[in-house]
Amino acid sequence: MLKDITIGQYFPGTSPMHKMDPRMKISLTFLYIIALFLAKNIAAVGFGAVFVIVCYWISKIPLNMIIKSLKPIVPIIIFTSVLNVFFVESGELLFEWKFIHIYRDGIIVSILMSMRIICLIAGTGLLTYTTSPISLTDGIERLLGPLKKIKVPVHEIAMMMTIALRFIPTLIEETEKIMSAQKARGADLESGGIVDRAKALIPILIPLFISSFRRADELALAMECRCYRGGEGRTRMKVLKYTFVDFVALGLVVVFTAGIMGLNFALPTVM
Amino acid sequence: MSVIKTEGLTHVYSMGTPFQKTAIENINLEINEGEFIGLIGHTGSGKSTLIQHLNGLLEPTEGKIYIDNEDMWADKSKIRDFRFKVGLVFQYPEYQLFEETVYKDIAFGPKNMGLDEKEIEKRVFESAISVGLAPELIEKSPFELSGGQKRRVAIAGVLAMEPRVLILDEPTAGLDPYGREVILNLIKKYHEEKNKTIIWVSHSMEDIARFAEKVLVMNESKIFSFGTVEEVFRNNKEIENIGLSIPQITKISRSLSEKGLEIDSGIFNVEAARDSILKLLKKKEG
Repeated sequence: MLKDITIGQYFPGTSPMHKMDPRMKISLTFLYIIALFLAKNIAAVGFGAVFVIVCYWISKIPLNMIIKSLKPIVPIIIFTSVLNVFFVESGELLFEWKFIHIYRDGIIVSILMSMRIICLIAGTGLLTYTTSPISLTDGIERLLGPLKKIKVPVHEIAMMMTIALRFIPTLIEETEKIMSAQKARGADLESGGIVDRAKALIPILIPLFISSFRRADELALAMECRCYRGGEGRTRMKVLKYTFVDFVALGLVVVFTAGIMGLNFALPTVM
Repeated sequence: MSVIKTEGLTHVYSMGTPFQKTAIENINLEINEGEFIGLIGHTGSGKSTLIQHLNGLLEPTEGKIYIDNEDMWADKSKIRDFRFKVGLVFQYPEYQLFEETVYKDIAFGPKNMGLDEKEIEKRVFESAISVGLAPELIEKSPFELSGGQKRRVAIAGVLAMEPRVLILDEPTAGLDPYGREVILNLIKKYHEEKNKTIIWVSHSMEDIARFAEKVLVMNESKIFSFGTVEEVFRNNKEIENIGLSIPQITKISRSLSEKGLEIDSGIFNVEAARDSILKLLKKKEG
C-alpha cells in the first residue's frame, strides 16, 4: 500500500546517461527546458520530443515511464489546451457557434503547449530516473556552491535534503507498523466521515512524531560522535568529475538548442 | 477444540510486480484452546506474515483462516471482531503508545470494542495488575515511564481486550535480563490463570523450551515442524540443518551421549538434565 509509493524513482543502470556527472545532468536539463520555451513552432517542439525520446532510449528507461509520470498532470494539460483553443484569436476562423470561435492558431498553440508540457515532464523525469537522490543533492550542492559567498547555507540545505530523502522509506515503514499495531487494537481507519477519519489519525500521528523526534535526536548525536561540523573543510570520498560523456552530452544539447533556433527561423512561428 | 485453523494459507506480497515475493505458502495449522505455542524461525521465514494473518491484518492471497470454526474473511465488514478475539502485541509495542495517560492508552482497545465506561475501567485495572504495573503509574503520561514499564503498558493495552488468543512478537526484544524475566513470567502466569491460548514468537530456544508447550518452526515460508517441545527438539539435527540452534542444554546432553554416556540426547531443560546426570552418577557409584 504505502510501500508502492516510490520517491526519487531512481532506475539503477549503467547507461552513459547514468554515468554522467549529476551537475552536468542538472545544468543540461535546465538548458533543455529553456530550449523548449524558445521553440515557437510545432516542428521545433517536435524536435524536442524526438530528442527526449532518444535520451530515454540511450538510458534504457522504458518509454511507458513517460506515460506513468504524465498521469497526474493530465488535467493541467487538458486545461491549458482547452483555454488556448478558445482564447487565441488569430489566424483563419475554423468554427463558429454562438459565442465560441475557434481559430487555426488556437489549435496550433494548444498542441504546442501540450507537447511542451509533456516534454518538460519527460525531460525532468529522465533526470530523476537516471540519477540517485543522493548524487542529485550532491550535484545541487556543488552547483549552488558559489552562493556560499553571499552566506547561503548551501551545504546545510543539501545535507537536510539528503537526510530527508534517506528517511522517507524508513518513515513509511514505521507508519505501516504503527497503523497495523493500532488496527490490531481495533482502530477503525477505513470508515466514518471526515471528522472521524481525522480523529482516527491521532493514534498514528502521535507515535510517528515521537519516533521521528527520537530518530532525529539519535541521528544528531551519531553525527556529532563522528565529528560532523558542517561543510567547512569537509572533503569528499567520491569527488565529482566531468568526463568525456559529459562533454559529448553538452555538445549534443548545444546542437539541439541551435536546431530549435534554426527551426524557429526556417518555419513560420506562432505566438 | 481448535480455536485457530488455517487451510492452505498463502500470502504473496506485491503480486504481479517485479518485487513479487511469497511470504508464506500453503500453511495448514490447527491450534487448540489453551495451548502455549512458541514460534521460531529465521528473519524472513514468514513468522510475522503468519501472525498478522491470524488476527486479520493481512488478507490471505489464497486459503482460509477459521477462528472458532468461523471463516474470518467471509464478511469483510466484520473483520474487526476477529481482531478483538485474537490480540496481537507487535515487536517494540511501546512505540505505539499515544495517549495522555497510561489509563487512556490501555483503554483504547476496549473503547474501540464499544464497551461501557464501567467495564472499561474494570478491564484497565485488571490488565494493569496482570502486567504488574504499580497503581500510581495509571494516571501518569506513558512517555514518563521507563522502557520496560512502557512495554508492559503496551501489552496491557492488548490484554484489556481480553482476547481468546494472545499473540506476542518477540515481547522481550531489547530488554535487560531482569525485564525479560518479568515479561516472560507474567505471560506464563497469564496463560496459567486465564487458560488463554498464547502464540509467542521468540529467537531464544532456551526461553521456548522453558515456557512453551508446543513449538512451531517456520522455514522458507513453510511450516518446518510443529509438535510438542520434546518432539521438535528431539529431531535436533534437522533443526540445526536449517540453521537454527537448539537449547544449550540439549546440545550438552547430546555431546555426552555421543561420548558414550547413557544419557537421553533429547533433554531440553536444565531440570531434566540434572536428574538424568544424577541418575547416571548414582549408577556409576552403585
